Formats: sequence, structure tokens, C-alpha cells
Amino acid sequence: MKSTSVADSTKTASTQFLERVEEQSGQKVRICYQCGKCSAGCPVGYAMDLLPNQVMRLVQLGLKDEVLSCATIWLCASCETCATRCPREIEIVKVMDVLRQKSRREGYPSPAREVPVFVSAFINNLKRFGRLYEAGLVGVYNLLSGHITKDMDKAPAMLLKRKIALMPPRVKGMGKVRKIMKNIEEMRQQ
Amino acid sequence: MKFAFYPGCSLESSAKEYKESTLLAAESLGLELEEIPDWICCGSTPAHMSDELLGIALPAYSLLLAKQMDTDGVLVTCASCYSRLKAANHAILNDGTMKKKVAEALGEEYDGGVPVRHMLELTSDAIAQPGFDEKITRKLSGLKVASYYGCLLVRPPEITGFDDPEDPQSLDRLVAALGAEPVDWRYKVECCGAALAFSQVDIVRKLSGEILQDAKDTEADVVIVACPLCHSNLDLRQRNIEKYLGIDLEVPVLYFTQLLGLAFGYSAAELGLGKHEINPVPVLRKRGINI
Ligand code: SF4
Ligand code: SF4
Repeated sequence: MKSTSVADSTKTASTQFLERVEEQSGQKVRICYQCGKCSAGCPVGYAMDLLPNQVMRLVQLGLKDEVLSCATIWLCASCETCATRCPREIEIVKVMDVLRQKSRREGYPSPAREVPVFVSAFINNLKRFGRLYEAGLVGVYNLLSGHITKDMDKAPAMLLKRKIALMPPRVKGMGKVRKIMKNIEEMRQQ
Repeated sequence: MKFAFYPGCSLESSAKEYKESTLLAAESLGLELEEIPDWICCGSTPAHMSDELLGIALPAYSLLLAKQMDTDGVLVTCASCYSRLKAANHAILNDGTMKKKVAEALGEEYDGGVPVRHMLELTSDAIAQPGFDEKITRKLSGLKVASYYGCLLVRPPEITGFDDPEDPQSLDRLVAALGAEPVDWRYKVECCGAALAFSQVDIVRKLSGEILQDAKDTEADVVIVACPLCHSNLDLRQRNIEKYLGIDLEVPVLYFTQLLGLAFGYSAAELGLGKHEINPVPVLRKRGINI
């Protein structure tokens, strides 16, 4: 019957999403019993659209679009408070990481756009210099996010105090570092 | 003991006084440090956010460089570097597939075996040794110190395996060993928002503001930290936090190595105390500390 097959395929897609997230994160999301301890201690919970336990629940239910387009996956500061306290010993940051990667690679819009913009600027900075060139990163990030011009008060702390090296770092072996980063990109695409 | 020193990116730029005070403190403690030549960034939070393998392979690259040096391990000073270097060792030791992938990416195998220590761990070891008290030449008695640990130095415990994740004591014990007074406060392991320092400034101002407010409410004279990212949020951004939250803080924030250096008799200039947004010298003098 037609309706059954639609239901089946929906169920399959949901289960597949859960299975992929579990496989890639190495975390058994399905054993989360929704105690809410992660959310109770989350320092950023007040600013999130979904609380960490709700993210876990949506993954269990396979609600891919909802979870990959939420702000929470970007606002999570990877502080590890939740993982330290989770009675089921779920490493929630590893789940968040997989969700962030899926969200980016599958082109979901982010309600907290500045975070992925910063993450890409940071990685590109490393590819170029091997070490963080703070002054360069600030420049690129501000350009891409349109920040400084909007609100000078939001500049990173070291810039506010002008406590920042102006010259880029010099690292020998950058050829090798770039090759490694390229290898990783290629391995990911396989 | 000799260590391969991994300063990390911040110590080369916005946290130079942490590097200087670490080198001075290490010398006084009899630790020999040799910087890893051509170490690269650990990737911090952005690397593991964008790719798990990248988050492990970047620190593994520097650990491999350190392996070629004849030392007792790697010494780090940043909580984020510490967490990433240890996470790399942990993943490579416990996950055979990851170990293979790292070898493929680096073009060289790494066994995950180079020990990674935070300067605070080594300092904690040192204060337990006989003769430590003799190094103290400047009295810090009467100074009330709030020890701020933040996140990644103590969490997750399977990775760092260092101190208690909910109520750590190593900095507090150091404060007491130096003759100063550790204060009991509520925010010692709360997050300052470092991962969002560029991209979600409002969140950082709130989280860091609450930490500083609690230190002030507890009547701490200074806060000490063991991470350049925490310092950047708590000190460099403090005026901005005051303005944004409409509060008055004026809480000096020192690196624990600066406090150690003070006790060992180094000058304010040698320890870079003048590089901070909130000048700690007036409160230190008020407590009768001779600088
Ligand atoms: S603390 Fe763990 S078990 Fe409890 S809701 Fe959060 S993830 Fe689920
Ligand atoms: S790691 Fe993320 S989700 Fe967990 S407590 Fe910290 S900010 Fe919240």
C-alpha cells in the first residue's frame, strides 16, 4: 500500500540519520534517557533555540532538518560541562561536532552565522601560516562577518587592547603542513 | 627534568607575559624547557568542529616533532592546547582506525605516547617537593586569590585526567603554598566562552561578566588563571564587559605563573604585570606586597 511505503521510507531516513550520527560521532545517542542534566548545566543554554537534551532527542527521532538548522549546534562552546555530568556518559560535544559538519556540508542555513564564518577563517589562517596569525584572522573575520563596521565594541579582546603581534608567524615546513591539510580534505571526500 | 615546550599561538601574540612568566617560573623550579622547533597550532575548537581527523592530526604533528627531542614530555600552558594535545594522544592510543588515519594524513606513524603536561601539573608536583618553601622570597600573605580553572584544564576528566572536574584544588593549593589566601567561590569551573570570543561576543560578555562578578562578590583581590584564552576574556575584555553590563568590576586577573614569579621575587616588569588591562599593582601594594 502506498501510505505504508511512504511511512516506511520516512522511518528509514530518520533511522539512517540517527545511525550515521552515532557512527560518525562514536556516541550512542539512543541511550540518552532525557534526564536533562546536560541542559541544566549548559552555560549557553539561555541563548539556545534547542537545549542540548532536545538536540539529542531530535537526533533520536531522526529529525534531520530541524537539528541541522538550529542555532544550538553553533552556540555550543564545547565547554564539556555536559559530557562530564551525563549519567549515560555521552560525549555530547562529539555529537555536536558531527551535526555542525553535516550542517555545513549539506548547506543548511545557520541562525548563528558568525560562528561557522569564524571557524572557516580560523582554518584558512592555519593553512596559510601554520600558527594562528591573530591580526590576520581578525581582519578576515571582520570582513566576512561585517562585524567591526557594525559594532567596534565587539572586536576580539586582544584587539580592543591592541595587544597583538602585527607580524605573521613564520613556521618552517609549511609545505608539509599544507600537504597534511590537503590529505585530510581528500580523505574526507572519499 | 627537561620538557619540550609547546607555547601555543596566544603566547606568541596576545599573551606574551604568560610566556615570559612561565619561563621565569620554570627556571626557578629547576625545569629545563626547550621550545619545539616549528610547532604548529593545535587547531583548538575550530579544528574539531570542522573535522575530527583534523582536530587530532594537527596536535599529532607537533607531538611527533617533540618525540624527536630528548625530553620527559611536552609542556603546555594553554588549557585549549592541553586538551587538544591530550585528546590526540587519547584517540591515537584507544582508536586503531583513528591511529591509521592520522598516519595516512601525516605520512608518518605516531604512537600517541609522548606525555603531555600542563605547567600547573608540574607546579603542583614542585610544591610537594622538599625545599620549595626556600624559593619563596616575597611574602604574599593577606592576598585573597580566586582560582579560576575554566573548562578544558579539567574537562572531560577521561582526557585531562587532572584534578577534580567539579571542584578542582590544584591552583588553590598553590595559592596556599605561596602564603596567600585561597577564596572559596562559585565560578571556578564555569565557562568564559572562549570558543565564541570572536563570533558571539554578547554571550562571552555575559559568561565572563558573571565569573568576574562572583570573584568580586567573594571579595577576592585577584583572580588567577592557567590559560591565555581565559585571560583574554576576563582581563582584556573587562572594561568592555563593565560598559556592556553596566557594572563596576575592576578585578585584576593574573596568570598563575605571575603569582608564582612574584613569590619567587621577580619584579612587576619582569613578569609583565603592566601588560594587563586591569593593573594589579595597586591591590598588591594595598595588601602589603613589596613590589
Ligand atoms: S545528560 Fe546525557 S542522558 Fe541526560 S539528557 Fe543529556 S545527553 Fe541525555
Ligand atoms: S559543551 Fe556545549 S552543550 Fe555541552 S554544556 Fe558546554 S556549551 Fe552546553
